[in-house]
Amino acid sequence: MGKYLKTADTDWYKQRLTRVMLCVSGAFFILLLRLFYLQVIEGQELRRLSENNCIRLQSTDAFRGMIFDRNGILLVDNRPAFDLSIILKDAKPVDRTIEKLAKLIDVPVSDLMKKIGNNKGFSSYKPILLKQDIGRDCLAAVEVRKFDLPGIVLNVKPRRHYIKTQSAAHLIGYLSEINSDELKSGKYPECKGGDFIGKFGVEKVFERLLKGGRGGRQVEVNVMGQVVKVLKTVDALPGQNIYLTIDYILQKKAEALLEGAAGAVVAMDPETGDILVMASSPSFDQNAFVDGMSHKQWESLISNSLRPMENKAIQGEYPPASTFKIVTAIAGLEEGVIDENTTVTCPGYYKYGNRIYRCWRHGGHGSVNIFKALAESCDVFFYQVGQKVGIDRLAFYAKACGLGSATGINLDDEAAGLIPSAAWKKRRTGIAWQGGETLSVAIGQGYNLSTPLQMLVLSSALANGGTKYKPLILKSVKTVDGNIVIHGKKQVIGRLPASEKTLAIVKKGLREVVNSPKGTARIAHIKGIDISGKTGTAQVVGRHNEPNLSEKDMPDQYKPHAWFVAYAPSVDPQIAIAVFVEHGGHGSSAAAPIAREIIRTYLEKDEYSRQLKAESIKNLGASPRLPLQARPPAEQGEAAWGTSGQAQLE
Amino acid sequence: MFDRRFVTYFDWGLLGLTFLIGLFGLVTLYSAVTSATPTPQKALYFKQIVWYCIGMTGMVLSFLINYKSLYRWSPAIYAVCILLLIYVLMMGKYVGGARRWLILGPVSIQPSELVKIAVVISLARYYSKFADTRGFSLRELLTPFLLTAIPFILIVKQPDLGTAMVVVLIAGFITIFVKIERRSLLYIIISCTITGPLVWFLLKGYQKERILTFINPDRDPLGAGYHIIQSKIAIGSGMIFGKGFLKGTQNALSFLPEQHTDFIFSVLAEEWGFVGSVVILFLFLTLIIWGLNIAYRCRDPFGTILAVGITAMMFWQVFINVGMAMGLMPIVGVTLPFISYGGSSIISIMICVGLLMSISMRRFLIE
Repeated sequence: MGKYLKTADTDWYKQRLTRVMLCVSGAFFILLLRLFYLQVIEGQELRRLSENNCIRLQSTDAFRGMIFDRNGILLVDNRPAFDLSIILKDAKPVDRTIEKLAKLIDVPVSDLMKKIGNNKGFSSYKPILLKQDIGRDCLAAVEVRKFDLPGIVLNVKPRRHYIKTQSAAHLIGYLSEINSDELKSGKYPECKGGDFIGKFGVEKVFERLLKGGRGGRQVEVNVMGQVVKVLKTVDALPGQNIYLTIDYILQKKAEALLEGAAGAVVAMDPETGDILVMASSPSFDQNAFVDGMSHKQWESLISNSLRPMENKAIQGEYPPASTFKIVTAIAGLEEGVIDENTTVTCPGYYKYGNRIYRCWRHGGHGSVNIFKALAESCDVFFYQVGQKVGIDRLAFYAKACGLGSATGINLDDEAAGLIPSAAWKKRRTGIAWQGGETLSVAIGQGYNLSTPLQMLVLSSALANGGTKYKPLILKSVKTVDGNIVIHGKKQVIGRLPASEKTLAIVKKGLREVVNSPKGTARIAHIKGIDISGKTGTAQVVGRHNEPNLSEKDMPDQYKPHAWFVAYAPSVDPQIAIAVFVEHGGHGSSAAAPIAREIIRTYLEKDEYSRQLKAESIKNLGASPRLPLQARPPAEQGEAAWGTSGQAQLE
Repeated sequence: MFDRRFVTYFDWGLLGLTFLIGLFGLVTLYSAVTSATPTPQKALYFKQIVWYCIGMTGMVLSFLINYKSLYRWSPAIYAVCILLLIYVLMMGKYVGGARRWLILGPVSIQPSELVKIAVVISLARYYSKFADTRGFSLRELLTPFLLTAIPFILIVKQPDLGTAMVVVLIAGFITIFVKIERRSLLYIIISCTITGPLVWFLLKGYQKERILTFINPDRDPLGAGYHIIQSKIAIGSGMIFGKGFLKGTQNALSFLPEQHTDFIFSVLAEEWGFVGSVVILFLFLTLIIWGLNIAYRCRDPFGTILAVGITAMMFWQVFINVGMAMGLMPIVGVTLPFISYGGSSIISIMICVGLLMSISMRRFLIE
């Protein structure tokens, strides 16, 4: 085939090339026509538009979504902040204008001139920022004399405002200015320099929901830089409002109780996994990040030995101490090493190999069964259980109880904790596991590390009959119009490795911790509320090195860490809680009373509703301000003031 | 090997034309980078001169090489370029949300610019081997389709829709030049109308937005719409004689986006007016006709098609870039040959000129 066809020869190509030349010339003719239209026919009009450079873009920042607690108490909103700028082109004479302005806002002329100097070379059409976030008095003073101050521009911008200063700061997080690395990372495609983004906590994790979309206006301005006509407007899209699972009343209570100490309190609804409290102490002032922090302030935050920037509830890893006995008890019962009738005699020490392992009570507990062992936290009982179960089975139960791995809470940098096993130690140190180490692990000392949140998930699972829920921080997300877009759903992450019988035995023991006259947490007993729990006292220095000092005389850094995990009421629990106080002393004296007070606040319903009502009334006073773009656009006269295109706020 | 006829047949006219446009380009770039605020980028101007020097070397090397040897080398050239594209996709530098850059010591280049030449050479090889007056059938077009589709997909992934589009347009230009069988052409047109909407779904959000904005700039008054308006104001305000060198105000105040790369024509048109713009368009048209004339005089099918392909590349870049600045085309990042700032763009266009020279001066070497 194709034999009779002419192969493409030079003449054929020439013929086709002639056509190509014609087509190309035709295309250029189209360009020429368009050029003629733009430069000759429309030229006059377009020259006029270019001469004043009168079409400008003004961007409008979106109103970031607000953050509420589970009852609708407003925690974070935006306040209007007024920025003072100058447009050099319109501010002639610049010197005189600056002098007048300096007097009004009480800033030295030299400072202002320096700011202008720094921006030399920038377009004289672009506003140069002179002072951010000026106070009400300055605002009024400038406003009144605005006709005397050509080229001075006031922009109103929404600024993040943390209403409950320092409260739940670690959970909520903070905003601060985007840095150049973040800009380059490509993770924030819509951001430009100077924008604020969430850097920590909920503000960071839910950045996308909260942020909203930037808007802007295309405007025509006159020679004075005043807006003559708004050509196009793109409304900024307000961010979505977030309702957290936390209960501000409990949160506030927890923070008050932790005041002055380092530690964490977390509480959960055992039936849903909703985090009711997440307090970490000491806290920090989130507003300082928004308003700009001095280098010194930042240094002092970072160098503080109590680590205020750490969310101890999820990042703090500590030996779980006697709270771990819950796990050892489950392991012992499940493995059949003990049952509810097993008794052990505690003389105050346990001899293993050629070493003496002491019980915390020097005189011993006498004859001990599982209930008494939990209630009075007898070390000797659990040494023996641990020894019989063995380290690897113990590690299995601990892991199945949720220890040693992150709970999966939707926050950054959650710590995993550590559950040691023989293989782990061999891998890590090259040395084989020693039998005595199992005894330490059985009472929560040794290599064990847990976060308060992990202990909370464990106590919550005990409370609800064995189901581990993922800790939830997001209750719902609503649009500005109040439509719910996302609903936090409870999520089962596993079950405790315990039969119903085992759970019943352990729970009975935990109830006695608070309710038996010799229970370690009898201090947490409240009339009318049935609390179950487990104390823990994590030694910081080895017991045998302990100088013969009474705890009161010990320097703070040698004091043990105090733990208390609990749930209440013992039947049909409504709240589970984990309290941790760094160097707080005994779990019974430092941690248990905090848990008791929070439980009391939550479960004494009359008092609770009274407080909620009081908060709600306060809340009305601080009612969320309307999103900026919901207001009518600036009038012509006003518009000269708002080159950033926002209507003024009252 | 050196033949005195090289000097006699050397295409001095093409060299002169190149210098003329290049000079125009440097002058315009000077204006674009010096009067730009907030920060004049004078360094870019000197860098561009360095690019021109490197480009010139590339040009000399390309015309010293007998273009016929490219016939043999074309599979290797193509393979290397594709590998570079894949490498860039995986390890390239991330700039402004796209991976287009390959870092070579102090400089970064865009392999996608070189790929355009590689595609032209490969297509010229294939078409020159099989061309007949009947035209190519669908089945015969499968190879050229794959040769184009592979780099197209890789470039779209970067993502760089503009360059990817140019690759397809160049390939289309060459294919139509060597003729498609009538019935096959009909099939292609029908299948394109069907698959067109499908491609629409494959485009990224911002790419769709750009096309929609092209049709109706009001859709994005703060972004593309604003750029088109500012570019039109810049061009139109030049009127007949222009505002004069360094006097363009749209440019000076950064009202134009990317004024030294994609929107450089607006700078030129503002400062030199209708008269200057017509001159530069005329120079480009002359260059393109010159290239086609080289194809016309070449008596070897491979050389002819190669010259057509290279010229097609110049044509599309000029047409799209200028059309975009005047609001006739969607806003896609396509450089204006010789004038826009950019090392890869300058080097590849100078190589193209060198190849045209190579074809031009070897026209006597037939058989």
